[in-house]
Amino acid sequence: MMNGSEIPLRMETHSIAAPAIPRSYWQMVWHHFKKKRLAVGGFWVSLLLFLMAIFAPLLANGRPVCFSYQGHWYWPIFSGIEGIGPYTWKDLKKNAPLVLQWNIERRGDFAIWPLVPYSPTEYDLLESLTGPTGEHWLGTDDSGRDVLSRMIHGSRVSLSVGFVAVGIALVIGIFSGALAGYFGGWVDHVISRLIEILLTIPTFFLIIAIIAFLPQSIYNIMIVIGLTGWTGIARFVRADFLKLKQLDFIMASRALGASHARIILLHMLPNAMAPVLVFAVFGIAGAILTESSLSFLGFGVPPPTPSWGDILSQSRDYIEFAWWLTVFPGFAIFLSITAYNLVGEGLRDAMDPKLFE
Amino acid sequence: MKSYLLKRLLQIIPTLLGITFITFLIIQLAPGNPAALKLQMSAQGQMSDRTSSQQIIEETKKLYGLDKPLPIQYLLWVKRVFTFDFGTSYKDHRKVWDKIAERLPITIQLNLISIFLVYLIAIPCGIYSATRPGTVADRLLTLFFFFLYSLPSFWVAVLLIMLFGGGDFWDVLPVYGISSIGAEDWPFFPWLTDRIWHLVLPITCLTYAGFAYLSRLTRANMLEVIREDYIRTARAKGLSERLVIFKHAFRNALLPIVTLLAFLLPAMFGGSVIIESIFSIPGMGQLGFEAVLSRDYPVIMAITTISALLTLAGLLLSDVLYAVLDPRIKLE
Repeated sequence: MMNGSEIPLRMETHSIAAPAIPRSYWQMVWHHFKKKRLAVGGFWVSLLLFLMAIFAPLLANGRPVCFSYQGHWYWPIFSGIEGIGPYTWKDLKKNAPLVLQWNIERRGDFAIWPLVPYSPTEYDLLESLTGPTGEHWLGTDDSGRDVLSRMIHGSRVSLSVGFVAVGIALVIGIFSGALAGYFGGWVDHVISRLIEILLTIPTFFLIIAIIAFLPQSIYNIMIVIGLTGWTGIARFVRADFLKLKQLDFIMASRALGASHARIILLHMLPNAMAPVLVFAVFGIAGAILTESSLSFLGFGVPPPTPSWGDILSQSRDYIEFAWWLTVFPGFAIFLSITAYNLVGEGLRDAMDPKLFE
Repeated sequence: MKSYLLKRLLQIIPTLLGITFITFLIIQLAPGNPAALKLQMSAQGQMSDRTSSQQIIEETKKLYGLDKPLPIQYLLWVKRVFTFDFGTSYKDHRKVWDKIAERLPITIQLNLISIFLVYLIAIPCGIYSATRPGTVADRLLTLFFFFLYSLPSFWVAVLLIMLFGGGDFWDVLPVYGISSIGAEDWPFFPWLTDRIWHLVLPITCLTYAGFAYLSRLTRANMLEVIREDYIRTARAKGLSERLVIFKHAFRNALLPIVTLLAFLLPAMFGGSVIIESIFSIPGMGQLGFEAVLSRDYPVIMAITTISALLTLAGLLLSDVLYAVLDPRIKLE
């Protein structure tokens, strides 16, 4: 049954699509990446999550974005004031329609609200633990804080931990992998042992042990995840460098008298970037998972900063009925991990010359 | 082979020292200076009342020789690791080894069942998928495994508890512990069904991700092997598809799958911190988690060290297994 599939039957991808012949390696990668619908979907989802994190204060906030009072424009979202003239935001919100509040109390004033008119920390104990309603789309938690607002702001924690931790891991991993692969000898020995040591230590347990001893802060989480997550990258870079340094063009540049730094940075590193990029994308998914696990266990960012894992951990106390506290934040974690994993897989396949048609 | 083994064993020495060094750093991170310890204690308020912080400070000092210079402290720690002397727990003053011995059977039981299930389900799924690449069934399975793999286990655990553990939905499965209260005195069969009933949810959570991972791995390996020339040869000489797949392809694809077993060794010992604490399973993972919460350094250091040593053994085992199983691999 395999014999038939050796001959490509999918001619249409060549004859119909036939885009401009890809020129550079990265154009080729993009060309192959684009064909994977799931990977492209993952790319869009991760982009949307990224934008959501950046514009979180505009999307979910307890104050109007802008307010026109007696003909003057105000931007309460940036100024932090609690009200203007006779109005306070709290009262206005009680009968706020979606986004635009027109001609308030027939005085000609109007307000533009964020999509979710609640800040992640503003609480209303009378409204605590209500399921999804027209006011609180994804319900409220046990102090009556809006879950959707907390989730939108929580994406900032997850994504920033993901990116910064992977950034730290990339710097250490590329640096140590490059040194080990390029110089070999005792440098390689030392770095390889170090990698082996870190591989053997139970990472997640080590992370919670360290995090528990340090003061609670998002920076410590980023640093610890980054410091424990670089070994995979280092191994890839090392393996690539071992192969690359045998090649003629490296020999040639050495013969031309190029310095080690020049050879490593200008000639070898660009050639080793492809697997590193794939690893980084998977690494973001992994770091998001680790961060949310930490928050879930109570070692996350200090309160009241919202994070997905934190909402989920709260749900355990009300598990008999408060399904919205379980389903939504968990789905957000799942969605972002899946999105980055899809992009990573798509990239890996797109970069694999064996799979090029 | 012999020289390879010897070289590999020699390489272990620096790694061993490195592991002891990292675990040594943990106790250095821990407040060596009593002021910080006191501060943490009062801030967290998680220490049992019986042990005053002063007592703990003295104990810590004595146990780890914290009043001695750092190199001496490190040597003392190395000596303790190699004599497997991990001291007594701060929490209840019992020997760390006794605590571990108590928890270990439960974690091993859980992980053995889960690993068995992973292999039992994943390999057929992987083969099924790999023998019909590109078909609807293959695509659906691949997609399913992909999503399964990306599901955070703690979310799955909480969802399962919500759905099956009472509350507004169904109340069919126990979500707490591994036995009903007093089940030890029951006759064997009621005890067994009770135990199985308790293990359904935690085993599900421990299994699904590994199952998804192994299925994907099996599929990828099978696909790679099926492309090989010797498979074409086997087909060309008229062997039945069954024989080609199971005798020629599967045996060769099995290699990385078998060696993966070695990596599961530390999980067998360490258990899962998250799953065990969610389901209140008194295993190693929960022991570790409780130790972190109560700053029980001897237990934390013991678990880290032993897990690391086991992983090292697993790495070595998988290297050797690989070499033994695949004669093509030449050992330097």
